[in-house]
Amino acid sequence: MPPPDFMMPMPVKVMQRRQELATTWTLDVETGPDELAAFTPGQFNMLYVFGVGEIPVSFSGDPAGRDRHCFTVRAVGPVSRALTELPIAASLGKRGPYGTGWPLAAAEGADLALIAGGLGLAPLRPVLYHVLRYRQRYGRITLLYGTRSPSDILFRDELDGWRRRQDLEVRVTVDHAGSEWPGQVGVVPALVPTLGFDASNTVAFLCGPEVMMRLTASALLDAGLAPAGIYLSMERNMKCALGHCGHCQFGGVFVCKDGPVLPYPRLRGLLSLQEL
Amino acid sequence: MKDIAQLVGEHPFFQGLDPSFCQLVCGCARNVRFEPGEYLFHEGGDADQLYLIRHGRVALEIAVPGKWSLSFQTLQDGDLVGVSWAVPPYHWAYDARAIELTRAIAVDARCLRQKCDADPALGYEVLQRLLPILISRLQATRLQILDVYGDRDQ
Repeated sequence: MPPPDFMMPMPVKVMQRRQELATTWTLDVETGPDELAAFTPGQFNMLYVFGVGEIPVSFSGDPAGRDRHCFTVRAVGPVSRALTELPIAASLGKRGPYGTGWPLAAAEGADLALIAGGLGLAPLRPVLYHVLRYRQRYGRITLLYGTRSPSDILFRDELDGWRRRQDLEVRVTVDHAGSEWPGQVGVVPALVPTLGFDASNTVAFLCGPEVMMRLTASALLDAGLAPAGIYLSMERNMKCALGHCGHCQFGGVFVCKDGPVLPYPRLRGLLSLQEL
Repeated sequence: MKDIAQLVGEHPFFQGLDPSFCQLVCGCARNVRFEPGEYLFHEGGDADQLYLIRHGRVALEIAVPGKWSLSFQTLQDGDLVGVSWAVPPYHWAYDARAIELTRAIAVDARCLRQKCDADPALGYEVLQRLLPILISRLQATRLQILDVYGDRDQ
């Protein structure tokens, strides 16, 4: 069999679709050939809606699942909107997986702080599936998830399930809420000092809006975490996904190929620049 | 059972306070408890107390006419509720409501202010502990205003 052409979308079908939030859907799609089924949590596929366009979408499902890939998409532009409107059995193009994943092997033995904001919980969900499957390989695991309001909480049922586990600490916070909300209200960076982790043995994975990640990384550094122990998943305008076109270039980094998961020291100094 | 001096000295806001200062603060302090749903204070009221949460959770809320109250921050064990007691005209700027059984130390703000005025070293000590909280809440507010989880196109 010839090697796959990484610029050629593979036609696959939508197997299932679930509405997560008002404008956010999760699509289960066929994996395509076996050699393209495996992925590392944190990687992404390029998804192509025929006649509309192509966008990068991170895997949001279980990395051990081999019969389908999950992608969680919020309708914000023409392609993402078309993706969320695809019915079951519709065809779409898929290529990848691309990019770097979260350093799960390197983090074995350490405590994990998984910090997500908004839709950023989706690329971290495969990490949770992985670390809970191999729970004994990791120390204390904390998930801190922040979003806009209670009605914007992603994967609510799963979060409730994870919260019931004894081996996982789950903290959910919202930026604002009505008086009926019994949970936490406050921004993610402000909650970092309350996590009570062992800074000398903690690795942090951050995924969410860039401002939130930047301020959260600062809070983690203030709490004593080493810069090399902080990883961020970056989002840029990826086109080729192979590091050729330069659309996703961020300083000296090609986010599609060098990222999207990058250690903080590679991003330090770039995150607060208005223009590059 | 711990006395008020122990409780004040163990609370993060006053932890490590010089014993002579602690004694001054304790002269203004008492134990209080709030049932779930009970208000600690209301917007516009006199900010004549400050509350140090020992156990429990408190929501800071702004009433929106015709709608539910909007909660913009929750505070829990170890937190200070309310900062308006430190700045004239000493009026609360929002509502504070216990969302679960909350035990706290209430400090009479007039009493504390008088003691801070009389002993600037105590006043400086209190301000040093208050300012990081104010800065942290200011930064949190900045992030909330940015509405970072909203759609970028909106």
